[in-house]
Amino acid sequence: MNLENLLRRASLLAVAALLFSGPVCRADDAKPYTVKDGKVDENTMKGYLYYGDQCMRCHGPDGLGSSYAPNLTDSLKTMSKQKFEETVINGKKDVNQASDKVMPSFGLNVDVATNLDNIYAYLKARSDGALGRGHPDVIGE
Amino acid sequence: MTSKMRLLAATTCVAAITMLGGQASANDELIKLSKTPGQWAIPSGNYASQRYSDLKQINVNTAKNLHPVWTFSTGVLRGHEGGPLVIGDTMYLSTPFPNKVFALDLNNNGRILWSYEPKQDPNVIPVMCCDTVNRGVAYGNGKIFLHQADTTLVALDAQTGKVAWSVKDDDPAKGATGTSAPLVVKNMVLVGVSGGEFGVQGHVTAYNIDDGKVVWRAYSEGPDNQLLFDANTTSMGKPVGADSSLKTWQGDQWKIGGGDTWGWISYDPSLNLVYYGSGNPSTWNPTQRPGDNKWSMTIFARDADTGVAKWVYQMTPHDQWDYDGVNEMILADVPVHGRMTKALVHFDRNGFAYVMDRTDGKLLEAQKYDPRVNWATHVDMTTGVPQVVSQYAPGDQGADHNTKGICPAALGSKDEQPAAYSPVTHMFYVPTNHVCMDYEPFKVSYTAGQPYVGATLSMFPPEGESNLGNFIAYDVNTGKIAWSDPEMFSVWSGALATAGGVAAYGTLDGKLKVVDDRNGRLLYDFKTPSGIIGNVNTYTHNGKQYLAVLSGVGGWAGIGMAAGLTEDTAGLGAVGAYKALSNYTQLGGVLTVFGLSN
Repeated sequence: MNLENLLRRASLLAVAALLFSGPVCRADDAKPYTVKDGKVDENTMKGYLYYGDQCMRCHGPDGLGSSYAPNLTDSLKTMSKQKFEETVINGKKDVNQASDKVMPSFGLNVDVATNLDNIYAYLKARSDGALGRGHPDVIGE
Repeated sequence: MTSKMRLLAATTCVAAITMLGGQASANDELIKLSKTPGQWAIPSGNYASQRYSDLKQINVNTAKNLHPVWTFSTGVLRGHEGGPLVIGDTMYLSTPFPNKVFALDLNNNGRILWSYEPKQDPNVIPVMCCDTVNRGVAYGNGKIFLHQADTTLVALDAQTGKVAWSVKDDDPAKGATGTSAPLVVKNMVLVGVSGGEFGVQGHVTAYNIDDGKVVWRAYSEGPDNQLLFDANTTSMGKPVGADSSLKTWQGDQWKIGGGDTWGWISYDPSLNLVYYGSGNPSTWNPTQRPGDNKWSMTIFARDADTGVAKWVYQMTPHDQWDYDGVNEMILADVPVHGRMTKALVHFDRNGFAYVMDRTDGKLLEAQKYDPRVNWATHVDMTTGVPQVVSQYAPGDQGADHNTKGICPAALGSKDEQPAAYSPVTHMFYVPTNHVCMDYEPFKVSYTAGQPYVGATLSMFPPEGESNLGNFIAYDVNTGKIAWSDPEMFSVWSGALATAGGVAAYGTLDGKLKVVDDRNGRLLYDFKTPSGIIGNVNTYTHNGKQYLAVLSGVGGWAGIGMAAGLTEDTAGLGAVGAYKALSNYTQLGGVLTVFGLSN
């Protein structure tokens, strides 16, 4: 997916968020990742790398959270893919007396934008318990 | 008595001390204050960054009688680095974002004399590399100086908290942030910048103490007029020559080359030199930035008045591990190989303890202060260049390759948590990390204000070991570790050394520990409300000695270890080490003050 596509998708998502006040339902049959004997497909591997590059700084190793950012292997148990994309692209602010959590907008970040599906696949595999901690190997390598 | 009158009465002592400064420079006042036992007027204890106190009521015999005497919640949850200042009867401390400053009345169990909270755009929060930490305020000329997250340097009246002036140091929209403690030198306030994970070109800037006007600004990378290098600037005893930085970067990469200056600054008044280190070159992917990337990873010695560099020394040319060179520069007159030396001692992230002649930048010694360091065999004492082991060099192994088993991890054998030096024992007391890593670099794009990292890594304890940290005593005379206390987690707290023969530090699981400085024997410990990444200070009030430390787990330690470390890919680590820090401690900023029973 290129950046332009992604931005278009981001604005569509924003419109969708306005139209639907309730939860967005979708068919989610196919897994976004392949894990075989602890090894992953190439896209999920890319997701692991770019997670480490862009997300680990706050969300901790292997998606497990830090002292201040949520554990994404938990979050993705209930968060839809749309909500995930929307959060990554637009960011999130939760600043008040008790909390000072801010996630930046990654909408203009080429490396995140072009790997959004891959990062989701990696985290979903972690969240589903299909993939363990650490650096995975690629199937067939 | 009105509340205003009470406030005036409570601060009389501060006023008297402030007036001592009179017409003399802020320097003279600070030197006097840092020599007054019982005060803690400079973030690192004194200009030499020794974190040492002459106080000895708390000593090898009495430490067992310590107990907490009062506590103070900052109301802020995230990582609390740094520590309090004590000037007269007032304690000053700052918090992580939103960077509150409190002046606490020591005559009244820490009642709040005044507090200050800047208005900052919360968008700065996610561009702070490793939590929203702040490493403390500085004092000078009756003012308290705060370096805010958004890089604003603000001068507050020490008695009222009123803003005297403020100045913006850099731009958080491109990823520049403020985390470090300022240092007052002469009539200037010196401050560095954070942003190595966002490609921010690092600099240290001296501001006029009265109005915040720039006196000088020196960059870590770029043309000579930005570096403030001249014909007399040397490295390893030789002039560095023209364009010493530009020659070591491809094209314009230096403009987004990092070398940020987020650590501690030291000052030698007799040489009139300030000392500090620069951080990692950006990105973390070495294959994307060929060359030595000067002067990232460098110790700088600069003329305090002009900022011109007298000497420089690059510890880790062409970094491939994120071994920032920002750790504190401890200035000590100490025996090195049996000869008394005006030394600068620096425990670098890269695992080597460097001993330099601080007058001319001559390299005297560079030894590993953690035996597991493996990325280099040794430092060539003629060239000053580390002898890199190719197997552990991600740049040699190439992009898109996972280089395994590198020690230390990117956190370094030690991070910003400052060591202490005792002129009595001539020992350095060093809080260390004992962690290794796998590191895979890959190509990344630069967008202003977005992370510019280019590597993914996983961290684990060294083969066969389960402790992730040690608190060590290091002897520069022999270049050897004198004793080492293993800790379950990295020791991420600044140490204290005293004339009482004790050293003190905090642990990530929240304990304040006091040990015998001769052998590391534990004399006292107490579990504070949260993990400690703050620095232990000491002071006296009404003739009694106290220890003070901030709890509040977070910082990089809170990122890497909240979930426990990864099992390393080679299966080398010990199982016991995967205990998650989150099973031991939770967030919460609290100051705890310890005293002796009567």
